[in-house]
Parts: sequence; C-alpha cells; structure tokens
Amino acid sequence: MAVPVRNSESDEAGRSVPPGRPRPLDVVRRWLPRSTFGRHALLVLVGAVAVVLVLETTSPFRNSQFATLSYYAIAAAGLTVLTGLNGQISLGHGALMAVGAYTTGLLLGSAGPPPLILVLVVAAAVTAVVGVVVGAAASRLHGPYLAGATLAFAIAVPGLAIYFDGVLGGEQGMQIDSPRAPAWFADAIYFLSANEMSGAKYLAYIGWATLLVVLLLLANLAAGRVGRVWRAVRDDEVAAELAGIRPGPVRVLAFTVSAACAGLAGAVLGIVVRLAAPSGFTIVLSLGLLTAVVVGGLGSLTGALLGAALLVFLPPAVTNLGTAAGLSGVAAAELAPLVYGVVLVLVVLLAPTGVVGGVRRMWQSIRNGAGRSGVGGNGRERS
Amino acid sequence: MQQFLNVTLTGLSQGAIYAAFALALVLIWRSTRIVNFAQGSMGMFTTYLALIVIEGTGSYWLGLVVALGAGLLLGAAIERLIIRRVEGGPELSAIIVTLGLFVAIQALAAILFGATFRSFPAPFDLRGMMVGGVNVALTPFSVFVIGSVVLVMAALVALFRFTDVGLRMRAAAFDQEVSRLLGVPVGPLLTLGWALAAVVGSLAGLLIAGGSLVYPAYMDPIIVYGFVAAVLGGLDSPGGAVVGGLAMGLALSYVSGYVGSELVAMAALAILVAVLLVRPHGLFARTAARRV
Amino acid sequence: MDTVGSRRRLRGRAAVLAVVAVVALLASACGAGGRPSGEEGGAQPGLTPQSVKVGAHFPLTGVASPGYSDIPTGTKAYFDYVNAHGGVHGRQIEYVFRDDAYNPTQTSQVVNELVLQDQVFAMLGGLGTPTHSAVLDYLNSEGVPDLFVSSGSLLWDQPERNPQTFGWQPDYEIEAKIIGKYVAENFPQAKVGLFLQDDDLGRDAEIGGRRFLDRQIVAAERYTPGNTDVAPQIAALQAAGADFVIGFNVPSYTALSQLQSLRLNYDPQWAYSNIGSDPALVGSLLARFSEGAVTDAGLLDGVITTEYLPSVEAAGDPWTQLFTRVWQEHGTDAELTNFRIYGMAEAYAFVQALQAAGPDPTREGLVAAVEQSGAQMEGPWLAPYRYSEQSHAGISGVKISRIVGAGTEDLTPVQVTDNGDAPITPHPGPASTPPANGIPVPPTG
Repeated sequence: MAVPVRNSESDEAGRSVPPGRPRPLDVVRRWLPRSTFGRHALLVLVGAVAVVLVLETTSPFRNSQFATLSYYAIAAAGLTVLTGLNGQISLGHGALMAVGAYTTGLLLGSAGPPPLILVLVVAAAVTAVVGVVVGAAASRLHGPYLAGATLAFAIAVPGLAIYFDGVLGGEQGMQIDSPRAPAWFADAIYFLSANEMSGAKYLAYIGWATLLVVLLLLANLAAGRVGRVWRAVRDDEVAAELAGIRPGPVRVLAFTVSAACAGLAGAVLGIVVRLAAPSGFTIVLSLGLLTAVVVGGLGSLTGALLGAALLVFLPPAVTNLGTAAGLSGVAAAELAPLVYGVVLVLVVLLAPTGVVGGVRRMWQSIRNGAGRSGVGGNGRERS
Repeated sequence: MQQFLNVTLTGLSQGAIYAAFALALVLIWRSTRIVNFAQGSMGMFTTYLALIVIEGTGSYWLGLVVALGAGLLLGAAIERLIIRRVEGGPELSAIIVTLGLFVAIQALAAILFGATFRSFPAPFDLRGMMVGGVNVALTPFSVFVIGSVVLVMAALVALFRFTDVGLRMRAAAFDQEVSRLLGVPVGPLLTLGWALAAVVGSLAGLLIAGGSLVYPAYMDPIIVYGFVAAVLGGLDSPGGAVVGGLAMGLALSYVSGYVGSELVAMAALAILVAVLLVRPHGLFARTAARRV
Repeated sequence: MDTVGSRRRLRGRAAVLAVVAVVALLASACGAGGRPSGEEGGAQPGLTPQSVKVGAHFPLTGVASPGYSDIPTGTKAYFDYVNAHGGVHGRQIEYVFRDDAYNPTQTSQVVNELVLQDQVFAMLGGLGTPTHSAVLDYLNSEGVPDLFVSSGSLLWDQPERNPQTFGWQPDYEIEAKIIGKYVAENFPQAKVGLFLQDDDLGRDAEIGGRRFLDRQIVAAERYTPGNTDVAPQIAALQAAGADFVIGFNVPSYTALSQLQSLRLNYDPQWAYSNIGSDPALVGSLLARFSEGAVTDAGLLDGVITTEYLPSVEAAGDPWTQLFTRVWQEHGTDAELTNFRIYGMAEAYAFVQALQAAGPDPTREGLVAAVEQSGAQMEGPWLAPYRYSEQSHAGISGVKISRIVGAGTEDLTPVQVTDNGDAPITPHPGPASTPPANGIPVPPTG
C-alpha cells in the first residue's frame, strides 16, 4: 500500500476532521457519506437527477447535443485516466471507438439483437481485448514513440473496415438501427416530467446513463489502490519498481480500462449517429479527444466532461462568430480547427493543469486567504 | 516483371520523400528530444508560399528559395516563441504543443490559401525515361528528388560529424545542463536545430508537391509514414532515417500494388510495431536505452 | 469502525436519500410545470408567409472539401437570384449550409442542428454517400423532405423505406451501363481496365459496366480515397495489358492517374465518368505543370466522358449563359465552375418543386409534388428525372462526349436507361431552353 507517490495527496478516505477548527465546509462534509464510494455514488445520483432535469427542460436540439456530449465525455474520461493518471499518451482512441461502434453495429444488425445493455457490455469487452493487445505493445514504448505508434494505429484501423467491406460496409459504412425507448422508460419519464419521449432524448438518456456509470467506476478506480499504482508508475517508474510494482502490467491495465471506455463511447456514438463509417473515425477524432482532456485538465474527470462540452459547443459557436464577422462559409468552418489548435498550445504553455487545475488553484488560494491551511480534501486529482 | 520494376521504382522515389521528412524529424529529435508532429503542416505552409511565388514570377527555383527561407524563419520562430517553453519539461507537453500547432497551421492555411486542390509545378520532366528500350517509372523529377535527399543527408551527417557547430548541437541535445556549464550556447543552438529541420521539412513538402496536387491536408499521410520511417531507422540516426524512408516507400508500394491500397496504413503500423517490439529504439539506434 | 463512525455513516445515508427525494420532487414539479405549450397544429417548420428555410450539409473543410465546397455557393447564388426576382410564391428562400468535413458523425450533428435548431423546411443536396447515409433514417423519421442528394449512390432510391429522400444526379450504375454499351459497340477489340474508387462509386459502376463489358475487362484496380499514391494501381493496369481504361473516380484522381501514366509511359484510351472528368478542374490542375512535361492543357484531349449538365466551357449554351449571369450578379469574386453550375441546377430543380407544391406548401405536399410532377420538370439537365411514387431515382441518362481542348464534342446523343437490365434508348426531343427571366415557369393548373 505504501507506495511512494510524489504528489501524495490521494489518501483522504479515512481522515477525520481536526477538532476545534470549524470551517464552513465542515458542516456540509459531515452530511456526506464517509466512504469514497458513497460520496461518488451520491455525486452520481445528484448528477442523474440533474441529467433528467436538463434533458426534460431543454429543446430537442439541445438533447441531441447532450447525446453527442455524452459519448465524447465517456471517451475523454477514459483517455484522461490513461494520460493523466498513468502518463501514457494515445492518439489512437478514435480507432478504439471505431471498434466499439462496429461491434455495436454488428450486434444490433444481427437477427434477434441482444438487449441494449448487453450490446454495450460486449462492445466495451471487445474493445478492451483490443486494448490489451495495443496496450501490451504500448507498454514498452514511451513519449513520442508511443504517440507515433498510436497515431499509426488510428490511421490504420479505418482501412480494415474498407478491406472487409462485405461485413463492415466499406467506405459508406454500416447502418445501425438505434433502439427505441421501451414503454416503461417512456412512462417513467412522462410520470416525472409530463414530457413525451423523443428519439433524440432517449439516446441522450442512454448516453448519460452510460457516462455516469463510467464516471462512478473510474472515480473509484482512480481513488483506490489501482489509481495510486498508476500514478506511481507515471511519476517515477524506477521508484515504483523499487516498491515492488511491475510497470508493464500496470500500463497494460490502464490501457485496457481506457480502451473499454473508448469502446463504450464508440457504442453510444454508433447508436446516436446511426452509422459506423471509416470517415467518422479519422485522426481528427483522436486529436479532438486529446484536446478535450488537455484543456479540461489532465487526470480530472470533471475536466474530461468540460473538455467534451467544448468539443460539442465550441465549433458551432466559433463558426457562427466567423460568419457574423463576414467570413465566407468555407473560411468560417476552418475557424473551429484553428481555435482548437491555438487553444491546445496556449493551455499547455499558460495553464498546464487545464481548466479544472486553474479553478482548483484559484479556489485554494481563496481558502488559504480566508482560513489558512489548505489541507482539506480539495487537492485531489479527480472530481 | 515490368510491373514489379515500376512498383519498385515508384516506391523508391516515394521512399526518398519519406526519408526527407524523416530526416527533418531526426534533426529536431537530435537537437531537442522532441518529435515535431507539426513538421508536415509547416512544410505544407511554406510550399503554399512557394506556389504563390511561382505563380507570380514563373520561376520554380525562386519559389524553392523562398520556401526554404520561410522554413528557416518559421522553424526558428516556433522554437524560440513556443517550443522553448516546453523543452526539458514533461514529454507530454511537447507532444501536445506540436499536435496543436499541426492542427492550427493547417486550418490557417485553409483560411489563407483556400481548401481547393491546386497543382504544383515540377522543375523537370515528369515523363518516365526509356532505359534500353524499356519504359521505367523513373522520371527526371524523381531523380531530382532522390538526389536532393541524398545531398541533404550527406550535409547533415557532415554537419554533425565534422563541424564544431554540429558537435555542440549534439552536446546540447544530450545534456543541456552540462553543455551550459561547458560554455555551449544551448539556446541559440536549439533554435538553429529547429530552423535547419524546418528547412529540410520544407524541402520534403516541395518534393512531395512537385508534379502533383496540393491542398492543406496533403502532408497528412507523410506525417505518419515519415514518422514510421524515422522510428525504423532510430530517431537519432540520419542514415537510419534515409534507409527507413526507402524501406517504407518500397514496402508500402508493394502492399498497395499487390495486396490493396486500403491496407497501406495497416502495413505501416505492422512494420512499426514489429520493429519497436524487437528494437524499441529503432534499427540503427546506437545509444543505449535511456531510462527517463 | 467505531459506533460513532457507523452512526455517522447512517446519518450520511439518510442525507443522501433526503437529498435525492427532494431533488426528484423538484424535478417532477419543474417538469410538469415547465413544459412548453406545444406547437400550433398545422404550422410547417421553417415556413412563414415571407420565407422558406432550406438546409444542406457539405464538406467545407477537410480532405473532401476541394471542389465540393463550391457547390453550395452556386446554390446560394441562384437562390439569391430568385429572391431578387420576388422569391417563390412570395417567399424568400433562406439557404443554410453547414460543414460536416465529410465526417458522418459531424453530418449527424449538423443535420440535427439544421432540423431542430434552424428548423429547416426541407433539406437540399446534402453531399456524400457515407455522410448522407448517417442522416437518412433520421430525416425520414422526422418527415423532413430530403431532396436531391448530391451523390450517385443507389441508396436514395428506396421510396418504401425512405419516402422523403430523392436522388438527383444519374446514379453511377446507369452511367457505367451507358459507357459500357458505347465501348462494347465502338471498341469491341479493346482490352478494358477499370480504375475504381473503392466505395459505392466504384462498386455500383463496376456492376453497371460489366453488363456490357464483362468479356472485355482484363483488370479492375481499386484505390482508397485519401491515398494519393496511385502508381501501383496504374502499373497493374499497364501490366494487365489494358488499352482502354475507364475511371470511376473523383477529379483529383483523374489528375493523379494521368500524371502517373505519364510517369509510366502508359498511354491507353482513357474514359472518365462525369464525376471525375470535370475538364475545367482537371484541365487547370494539369495545365499548371508548365515547367514540367505537361506543357499544354491537352493531356485530357481525346478522353471520353459523359455529361448530364451544360458545362462552364460551353459558352454558347443558353443555360451556361444564364448561370454565368446569375454568378456575376450574385456570386463571389471566384470563377464560375462546373461545381457551381451543379449547385445552381439543383437549386433550379428545387425552385420548380417548391412551385409545384403550391402557394401553401407542406412537407408532405413538397414530396408529393416531386413524385407527381418531377418527371416533367424541365431544366438544364439533359435527360428527365425518373421521379414517381415508385421511383425516387434522379436524372435518367447521360450523353457520351469527347474532351477537345477546353470543351467537349458529342459522340452520342443523350441516352436514357434505368437500373438493372432496362434497355438503353436515345432520349427524344430537343434540348430545353431557359425561360427569359431565368426562373422556372410555374406549372399551370
């Protein structure tokens, strides 16, 4: 257990509040569950309620944007764990999403498709298996070598869909029948909100339910022993080895978990987009995910969520700004990638911990100013 | 037989281009221990500048000079203003910064120069030559391509091996602290390394464009294949980059010609993984594996 | 695990439950009260007495954007022209096109935006097979008219499954059939090689071509879009001894295949399908190699191709004259191209469909109007549409022509056919001419 972790802020699970130092937050904290899992579960429950609230009060277009947001966020959450906590970069997560999406398409397209939940689980499992293979190769590579190898992976995988076009539909892709809301679910939502269930909204519910489960699992994984070991390997491989950790399997495990998330994301993407096609999984997707986790704050699940939101809401906003500023349609459309690229560079140069890191630092300096020590549980690396 | 010969020859001239690109990557790797994923975008940008000059003046060679000069300035500027701040930091920061530059420069080019296809002239004949009454897929232009790449490689080897500047650049790359203590002006040397690499990258961009079409993303495949070529040879070795580039060109040409062009990228991946698993630092790496 | 701890934990759980219960209550209260007061019955999305909103998705960025990003600018110019002349039934056409970068995931997003946010009345000319496939089900389940998809795939002609979707250009299969028959009749001794884009374009075309040429085909080589090194494919065609090569590819690959053949000293008779032959684009691409071997624009001279729209070089064609005028008045500074003429022709057809739907169009009415009167619509297209309740297939034929200099000369009159083993017949009747004001004449009665 006692792994030498350089930034050892992780263990706060059983810490008691020092007596005689009442702080405003303590009142709140006393009401929270003591166990990490309990706290995370509470957060997720609150999140679930928020999701219902938001989806039921927003327009169908916003619903569809939230559905999009959910699959970006699932993939980004998996990537941020890999890159932020374990220090492995991957430019191949778009390709892993393709594995999940094509698996989903094949399952839903078969005669007598299995229930949706099973489809999602199988998609995650298949992608995890691919993740083990890629991860095993990746575990021996570092930095730029790893980046280049995963880049080649991202470029290579879509070609397989064209080579096996009999099964996978070739360049024009494989149509996916997106599931319709079961009656009980539509009834439940109607009971809560008096709103009818639309297709887009149901897809958003699927996406967000998946996302919340993924966040819960990842948050617990990151807070527990596994997370500490990942960080230990990231921070100092030699030290970790001295402490009896074998870095290879640890890296493979991190890659596998991350790949499973990417597979789930791909499955949700397939259902939401209704198509799995090679042109949907280009290197642009992988780079977009990387942008999301870097801008949000590497290693932070909240950051992954924020970054994914950026991927969904930024391009239309920037394009509209460009059009409003009098640019031609084509030039305005190119503004979004330009902003992505510039933001990516600026964040690394000016705020390497991303949005979440920046906010946390501000918050801590406020607290330090108001009530001295910053020893509370707020220095954590995750949400 | 003739098909084999032609597939081989086109593979070689394509490989020369991968080699040029890989050389640029090697140069930056040797000076700053960074893989510049923005290399392709930078080369694309200077190639567009060359195209503007060529269309304005009608002189290919003037365009070439402008592109190489612009590459020199662009490389130096990017190193000095952006890369300097992530050098020696976490590997991840440098990778992400260069990826960000890659995306940004490409989008900027699309806005400035438009996203349409444009043809790019070549200074030499594009017709295949007749050798002993047989058509061979070797054009005067591909001879020019191969010749330039060999020349650049020789110049780089000479620079690193026989000149004082080259020695200092190697020292600065190997250990900045010690080099500084020994009085090596590390900062300017790193800038120089990037500037030279950008010149080579611009040359690669021009050679690929010659007698073919350009659009803002035309360098994208080269980034991957050039990177694989550089890794094949070992990121430290200019000679290895050339061998790796030619090997990639040949292998991919055969795969495309005899198996299927959709598997070219898969073949590149397979080669890369196979080599990295056997020799994690490339075929020609001489330095022992460094633990980071 | 002392008692204090577990008591705390219990209290914690109670708190969780309380919070959840309160929020759930709040949620249901909000939901029941917060429902928007429904849409007024009968109102048509995107339609007001003054305007009608039309949406489209095109690749404006990315690898597929060169050339194709011109199309919506042509469409927009023609709509602006119509708007300047009073619109359709007094309505101004508001045309919104969004970028999908030829990425189906993005197509799905931007079409959601067009349908739900912009509330378009109909879609027009969405480009690309993989991209438009991603929104096919969605548009049909939402009941959005999906007119004139810019792709020659056969997917758009499935009236039972996709009642809202209509094809537009001649599909790749019938085009290949007509080329195949021409080659079989005029070059019976030729050893034919096929140069195919490895997607529905190449696949449908191979089916059509083999109907007449199966015996003569000696090689079929496929390239993957995006991989610009076509040398291995051309070398294989050469090795197979093909002396007549038919290319079903996009324009950039026409240029690439020509340059590559030059390198290999390979000189068969070339034919390119319409989509890849655009003489203006390919010619300008090839003409620019002035310091190399391609000293004249004549590299494409003698190449056989097909046409179903007037080309920008046909200065004498009254339709080209009309579109040139429209582009001068409402276009940008850029040149008029065949892609822009394509966009204008789609816009012209859409104006006709909207006219036919009457002064108070509905989405159902628009679809019905195309099914009923679509086959009679006259415009710049050389052969009529195949629209009916049973067919949503687009233009029914092409003419075979030969590229000469910057223009073309006809080799055959316009020929029409249908998919499968439908016979190929010459299209009777004179070519249509545009109305004087350049706006389609509304059908009377």
